[in-house]
Amino acid sequence: MALLEVKNLSISFGGLRAVDSFEISIQKGQLYGLIGPNGAGKTTIFNMLTGVYKPDSGIIQLDGKDITGKKTIDINKAGVARTFQNIRLFKEQSVLDNVKVGLHNSYPYSALASVLRLPKYYKAEKEMNEKARELLKVFGLEDKENYLASNLPYGAQRKLEIARALATNPKLLLLDEPAAGMNPNETKELMETIRFVRDEFDMTILLIEHDMKLVSGICEELTVLNFGQVLAQGKTKDVLNDPKVITAYLGE
Amino acid sequence: MKKMFDKNNTKKATRDSFVTYGIVILVFIIVQVMVGTGSMSSLMQGLLVPLCIYSIAAIGLNLCVGYLGELSLGHAGFMCVGAFSSAFFTKYMVDTGMNENLRFVLAIIIGTLTAALFGFLIGIPVLRLQGDYLAIVTLAFGEIIKNVMNVLYVGKDSKGLHFSVSDASALKMEEEGKMIINGPKGITGTPHQASFVIGIILILISLIIVYNLVNSRTGRAVMAIRDNRIAAESVGIPVTKFKLMAFTISAAVAGTAGVLYAHNLSTLTALPANFGYNMSIMLLVFVVLGGMGSFRGSMIAAVLLTMLPEVLRGLSDYRMLIYAIVLIAMMLFNWAPKSIEWRQRHSLKGLFSKKTKGVQ
Repeated sequence: MALLEVKNLSISFGGLRAVDSFEISIQKGQLYGLIGPNGAGKTTIFNMLTGVYKPDSGIIQLDGKDITGKKTIDINKAGVARTFQNIRLFKEQSVLDNVKVGLHNSYPYSALASVLRLPKYYKAEKEMNEKARELLKVFGLEDKENYLASNLPYGAQRKLEIARALATNPKLLLLDEPAAGMNPNETKELMETIRFVRDEFDMTILLIEHDMKLVSGICEELTVLNFGQVLAQGKTKDVLNDPKVITAYLGE
Repeated sequence: MKKMFDKNNTKKATRDSFVTYGIVILVFIIVQVMVGTGSMSSLMQGLLVPLCIYSIAAIGLNLCVGYLGELSLGHAGFMCVGAFSSAFFTKYMVDTGMNENLRFVLAIIIGTLTAALFGFLIGIPVLRLQGDYLAIVTLAFGEIIKNVMNVLYVGKDSKGLHFSVSDASALKMEEEGKMIINGPKGITGTPHQASFVIGIILILISLIIVYNLVNSRTGRAVMAIRDNRIAAESVGIPVTKFKLMAFTISAAVAGTAGVLYAHNLSTLTALPANFGYNMSIMLLVFVVLGGMGSFRGSMIAAVLLTMLPEVLRGLSDYRMLIYAIVLIAMMLFNWAPKSIEWRQRHSLKGLFSKKTKGVQ
């Protein structure tokens, strides 16, 4: 059974049908790409998958469970984590604390325990620190844990966002244009990191990207979106050679 | 210049909080010595408890403004709630022969909890609003509380409590009945139980609570909501719960300050001067001037700005003029890049840590 199963997903804003009958099926452990021209509705789909928007119709199933129209928090708890197109870090907190916010639900202790500094607090904080440092190490940020998140270089901020998303221990990771604003070297490094994350954490990843080198380099399957509708779907190679897709991107 | 490193790393933050506790205790010892040797004027001695009151209130407001990132202009209202509820309790129990100290401790708890309850109830609708709207609604809340207290009459006789919102005669009390809250005249004859020692103890308790809270899972969640609500939701932080929690605790701390206020004066009235929006804005000035998110700074600003008008009393008419100029000067120099750099180079933390990290 597929990890993510989306059927007939639609949403309209006023008279504009932003996403129309979107369907996707992602297997566990897959690296899946969602591409399309600007304004095709890619981020809107992410927002529906994570509960920011409520779809007008359709079903979203994660691991067999229906998560359609649930709240963002519950969807995250069900196992969907994401990054954002325009980076959304907790700017005034340290790099380490950003990841620790992601660990919030995994190491619960009450506010009372923290005020009274009960042993539970020390134990949970110690485990959180260890886990967070482990994650930072994966992304090569271990020596920057005391930096404010806003003081990291752009590429590192993108990585930190992925680390924070992974800290919530998701089943499905959604990456919204992870390579945006990166230079070719950084992009290459990012590709390796994404692949590493998939292998190391046994993660299923759905990503939106414009960088074709990245898409063709790491995605196993693709869905191409145009004007809110699925234009093509299938193996990366086949999709990228599809004349319809070439037309949509390059024009007649 | 932006700060490069975050001080909220657990170990460093713990050290930072202990420095603050140390400063408070040090100030306490110095003041005690000065009082003991008689080198402190009676005017200054009279200021000691108010200094504690404003420090506590500023600490409470800083939790709301600095950490939750919500602008509240109603914290004088929460002080008012804490003051009246605790003074009411004390007045009600004054004849029952209850142990004085126990009664005062209970009064502190009651004042704090009542303010917390109001914070919670106000927070439910208000925290749906953001920015200016939240400021306006909390401002209105403060004014409403103050005005309600001005028309509230409560008396006690053998039959129990009587309430009225028109005048004292409407209470229909027995002859030997006793007024507890007498409308605009407020509560009179509350025993003078607040002292500098109690004030310092309450400051320390408030500090321990807010520091420990801020440097924990809860504090990180609250700051995450402040920095980016959408991202906080995306990693599973229940936004409403933590906003409400921080706002309630902030109100409760302000309520504690109110309890101290009520038990420092023999007459407690809800005047614009003590519980009006001027006071709320004054508290906000303490927080902004001391640095948002810095509890130590809030206290220092509260102490300096409360003492300043008294110190300048000799200048009579020019007093407020100089006060305003000092305020502007502090505002300018406090955030000037050079002075921030100087503070970082000569910070107290440097004395306690083995290696100091340079600022790039």
